Amino acid sequence: MSGASVLDRGEFVMTVCNSCRYCEQYCPVFPAMERRTSFAAGDLAYLANLCHNCGECLYACQYAPPHEFGINVPKTLAEIRVRSYESYCWPGALGAAFRHHSVSTALGLVAVFAAVLLGAGWVAHGEGLWRATAGDFYSVVPHDVMVGLFGSVGAFVLLAFGVGLRRFWREVHSDSVPPSPTAARRALGDLLTMRHLHTTGVDCTSGVETRRPWRRWFHHCTFYGFMLCFASTSVAAIYDGVFGWIAPYGYASLPVVLGTVGGLGLLVGPVGLLAVRRTRDPELGDAGQTGMDESFIVLLLVTSATGIALLLLRNQPAMGTLLMVHLGAVLALFVTLPYGKFVHGLYRTAALLKYASESEAEE
Amino acid sequence: MTPHSDVLVIGGGNAALCAALTARQAGATVTVLEHAPRECRGGNSRHTRNFRCAHDAPTDVLTDAYPEEEFLADLNRVTKGEGDPVLSRLLITRSTGCPAWMKQFGARFQSSLRGTLHLGRTNVFFLGGGKALMNTYYAAAERAGVRVEYDAEVIGLDIADGTFQSAQVRMGDRTQTVTARAVVIAAGGYEANIEWLREAWGDAADNFIIRGTPFNTGTLLRLMLDAGAEPIGDPTQCHAVAVDARAPRFDGGIVTRLDSVPFGIVVNKDGVRFYDEGEDAWPKRYAIWGRLVAAQPDQIAFSVVDAKVTGSFMPSVFPPVVAGTIHELAAKLELPADTLETAVATFNQAVRPGTFDRATLDDCRTEGLTPPKSHWAQRIDTPPFWGYPLRPGITFTYLGLKVDDAARVVMADGRMAANIYAAGEIMAGNILRQGYIAGIGMTIGTVFGRIAGEGASQHVGG
Repeated sequence: MSGASVLDRGEFVMTVCNSCRYCEQYCPVFPAMERRTSFAAGDLAYLANLCHNCGECLYACQYAPPHEFGINVPKTLAEIRVRSYESYCWPGALGAAFRHHSVSTALGLVAVFAAVLLGAGWVAHGEGLWRATAGDFYSVVPHDVMVGLFGSVGAFVLLAFGVGLRRFWREVHSDSVPPSPTAARRALGDLLTMRHLHTTGVDCTSGVETRRPWRRWFHHCTFYGFMLCFASTSVAAIYDGVFGWIAPYGYASLPVVLGTVGGLGLLVGPVGLLAVRRTRDPELGDAGQTGMDESFIVLLLVTSATGIALLLLRNQPAMGTLLMVHLGAVLALFVTLPYGKFVHGLYRTAALLKYASESEAEE
Repeated sequence: MTPHSDVLVIGGGNAALCAALTARQAGATVTVLEHAPRECRGGNSRHTRNFRCAHDAPTDVLTDAYPEEEFLADLNRVTKGEGDPVLSRLLITRSTGCPAWMKQFGARFQSSLRGTLHLGRTNVFFLGGGKALMNTYYAAAERAGVRVEYDAEVIGLDIADGTFQSAQVRMGDRTQTVTARAVVIAAGGYEANIEWLREAWGDAADNFIIRGTPFNTGTLLRLMLDAGAEPIGDPTQCHAVAVDARAPRFDGGIVTRLDSVPFGIVVNKDGVRFYDEGEDAWPKRYAIWGRLVAAQPDQIAFSVVDAKVTGSFMPSVFPPVVAGTIHELAAKLELPADTLETAVATFNQAVRPGTFDRATLDDCRTEGLTPPKSHWAQRIDTPPFWGYPLRPGITFTYLGLKVDDAARVVMADGRMAANIYAAGEIMAGNILRQGYIAGIGMTIGTVFGRIAGEGASQHVGG
């Protein structure tokens, strides 16, 4: 469907929902919808990013296919969601990436970056690349190169996130009053617990008559795994920058412990999410987004797998090669963060904040 | 399929599933024959949202108390006391235990403190509505080993001397004879059978919109009456509301209703008003508008409001026809412009000053107008003007099978059928000869579904 017809469809679906309202206690999408009488692009983007894509409202819907209204809220909102990622993306030209991801482009990107890094290592070290000094990453990639490369990629990614979020927020939050601390706390709680995948006290459906907690738990593994890895890198940066303690760190050190636990989460979570996807009802999603979803999961998985391999084999001669492959994976993950599934977390957070803010105003 | 089960349940909505689950729990083997395909299963229950339930103290899903006497008084008010007093009392007494019974199968309810509608004292709301409840029941039936056949249409019954022997069932291109030791008939009414509706309504029936399932064709009701069952209820009556004329012919459900009527005027296709739009609060009057519209030429009418009140009623699924002048609105609605302009002008002149309050029976009324508008009468003078086309939307029919307090079918000769039970809409006429109160249909289905399931399983067990 074209962008305009996706929005037209969304407007029709929400109009049907607003005159039915049977689903109003499933999740915030419906109370948020009831607060509106018209559904412009910004309203739809907000509702789409509030939706956690479970299946309750589809299976409960008296207007679901084969009804002539053909209402499928999770699917319609999924289509609007990816459109919102594209339209808030910076720079706009890269928005096309959301629809062109696939597991092969993700792996290809890892391969290209790893090859470039290995090539550079070969030029710098020649045969020495294969005989790296035990555990000394900086002997393979010099400290300043590492900091420079990932620092600049990181800064660009943050800038892209910032612009996208600002565009989204301007469209969904038209009043000038910023959310209160109470609303922010509530949104944070919703985010960290994924409350709306089990709002009613039990997990949402993941098939017409199945309620399973696995999607939520694997997402938690992935999310907290990612955060722990991020924390590990941050602590290491402080060790390095503030205290001048140079990597590698011991197995019992904080960065390694955080990274190991996080890395395991990032192994279990993505594998689980990929498995859960196999058994999910295809009606719940937009088949056109499989590439975007799976390429991000695979990049997380490759990053954690190579990271853990690096930790285990850091004193082996393969360290140099593994380091380049791991850094290639990290680089591929980072450059695609603003143009892939990762952004769902940003817009979801903003939508939860908007919802908490609206609910507070209503109360 | 196996040629024999203890209890055969014909139908696939709330009453059918309640009967099947009850009989299965009592140890009977049970087969359910649902005419609809799996994705359309559940009869009209898929369009419902709540059921009415007596209780003496607040519960997790109901506020305050709704004593049996008050429930009975509410019921008798709408039925004018015509319902069977024993069955009415039984219905109300047994409604009390329903939420707990339903929960054992995984049924979930809305929390009583939230939500759009404020019926939390008298009615329990299904989380996600009736289709979610049906999904829960079907899943429970599957777990319990109830056999469910979809696309299974019963086209004949073999009943000898008040005893059910077998059913002729069309499944795809083959027809099978299905035997059972007892049968529960919970196959709904005949509101989707236009031919049958024509018997009472004539050609007007061709313009009726059926709010619920197209599978309620009344085949089982007809077969039972032909087999000598005693009818109950008025064949010339049905529950009909005014719905948007653009609604689908079947299964439009809740979203096609229009709540704009009390806030403007309603004219027929000649541009002429025909009834007091502000007679009483809308929830008390919306069920008469189906019949009012059905009595108009071509069974169509038009609700006209102005910009002052467009925020006063629930949004409707179809967009209003919008115009800057009454003349233009008439053209867009294909009404004679001069008569519509006259109707609006006459109405406006008759409007007396008052204080508009949509929440009460306010003092905004007309004087010297026929028919009058008793409340919420404000001049229709602020563009843009909105118009909605209205048609009669049939919810259910009243004619059904007479049953006793064990949900056993009564035969025309006064004897009881030996092993035939009825539940749900097909026997609702025992209690509801006219009128309706919110949620009573699902209460009848749940209570009498359970009673029928108990009776059928006891019959086969003993």
